[in-house]
Amino acid sequence: MEVEELKVKKRIKKYNNEKKALISILQDIQEEYNYLPPEALKIVSKSLDIPLIDIFGVATFYRTFSLKPRGKHLITVCLGTACHVRGGPKILEEFKRKLNIKAGETTKDMRFTLETVACLGCCAIGPVVVVDGNYHSQTSIGTVDSILKKYRKK
Amino acid sequence: MITLFIDNQKVAVKEGTTLLKASEKLGIEIPTLCYHEGLPPYGACRLCVVEIIGEKKNRMVAACSFLVDEGMKVLTISDRVLKRRRMIVEFLLARCPDIKAIRDLADKMGIKKPRFKTKNLDCILCGLCVRVCNEVAGIGAIGFVNRGKKLKVDTPFHLASDVCIGCGACSFVCPTGAIEMELDAVKRFRELLGIEHKCRYSLMGLVSYKVCSNNYECWRCKVDQRIRDSLATHPIFAAKKIKTEKVNQYFSFLKKIQE
Repeated sequence: MEVEELKVKKRIKKYNNEKKALISILQDIQEEYNYLPPEALKIVSKSLDIPLIDIFGVATFYRTFSLKPRGKHLITVCLGTACHVRGGPKILEEFKRKLNIKAGETTKDMRFTLETVACLGCCAIGPVVVVDGNYHSQTSIGTVDSILKKYRKK
Repeated sequence: MITLFIDNQKVAVKEGTTLLKASEKLGIEIPTLCYHEGLPPYGACRLCVVEIIGEKKNRMVAACSFLVDEGMKVLTISDRVLKRRRMIVEFLLARCPDIKAIRDLADKMGIKKPRFKTKNLDCILCGLCVRVCNEVAGIGAIGFVNRGKKLKVDTPFHLASDVCIGCGACSFVCPTGAIEMELDAVKRFRELLGIEHKCRYSLMGLVSYKVCSNNYECWRCKVDQRIRDSLATHPIFAAKKIKTEKVNQYFSFLKKIQE
C-alpha cells in the first residue's frame, strides 16, 4: 500500500501538529494502513519536528504498534492466567494449525494476523479471542473454525 | 552556601549541587558509569548509590542526581552502599563479562565471577550516547529501541541514519567501548548521502571552510587529533554546550593552525 503524504498530514493536522499527540497520530496511521509504514513515520517526524528515532522508539515500545504489514483481520488470543487455565494455549495452537502461521505472523494472502495478549481484563468470559475488536467469549477448539469462517468471507 | 557532612567530613557547597560534585570537592571517589560532566545527570546505572542518614530511616539515593540539603549526613562507603554497588556490578558483569571498565570495577569490589547466567554483550544501556546525540549535538540519530529484555540502542529501522553528522560523540562518551567510530565514517556518509555532506567539524559549527583538503578521510585529519588534545574532551561539548572559554580557546587555536 502506498503512503499518501497528504493523507498522513491530514491526520497530523487533526491534532494541531502537537508533539504530545504522537501516540494518537500513530494510532490513526495504524488504523489507516493496518501497520506503521516507514514513510509515514518520516512524514510524522518532519511535521512534528521530532527526531525519527524518538518516533521509532515509541513505535517499538508499545505492542499495539506494528512495523510489519499486518493482515486484514487481527486475531488476538488471550493467554492470561485465567484464559490459560481454561485452555487458551490450545486455542492458539488450533489457530496456528488452521492458518499455518506462528503467533505474530501474517498469512500469505494478507487476510489474518495472529497475535497473543497477556490478559484483556475480561477473565470471566475466557478463553477470549478478539478479532478486529470483537470479543469472542468462551471459545473452544470447536469454535475456532466458525470464527475463521465468519471473517474469511469479509 | 549549604553545609553537609559526607563520611563525617564537613563540606560547604552552593545550592543546587549534586552529592557527586560535593564528594568530589572532598576528594571522595564515587564510581559512575552513566555520568558525564557535559551532560545533565541521568541516574541510569545506579552505581553512584550513597546512603543518606535520616531521622527514622536511611535512604539510598543516586549521588549523581541527588541535590545537597542543609545538614545532610551522607555515607559513601557504608556496608549497605557497598553491598548494593557490588550487586549492580555483578549484574553488569554477567551482562558484559569482557568489558574492561566493568572488569576493573568487579576486580575492585572483589567479584570474580557473577552468580548469574552470563551474556556476551558490550552495551550496558547507560544512555550516554543517546543523550549526547540528542541533548548536546541536537541531532537525535540514535535512541532506545524496543523495551525490556530487547531494549537496545539503535538507529531508526536499523539502517544507516541520514541525520547523523558523524561527530563521534557517542563513541567518545561510551564507557564500555560498545560504539566504535569507523575510520572512514564521513567518507562513507558522503557516498551514502551525497557529495554535499560536509565535514563533521563544519557540521558541528567549529570549522568554517567547506572543502576538506584530506578528501574527507578523517583518519588523516590533523585537526581531529589537535582539537581533542587542546580541548581534552570531545569537540561537540565545546561546540554546542560550553560556548565560552573553551570555544574561544579553540578559535584562537584554529587560527594558529590555519595560518
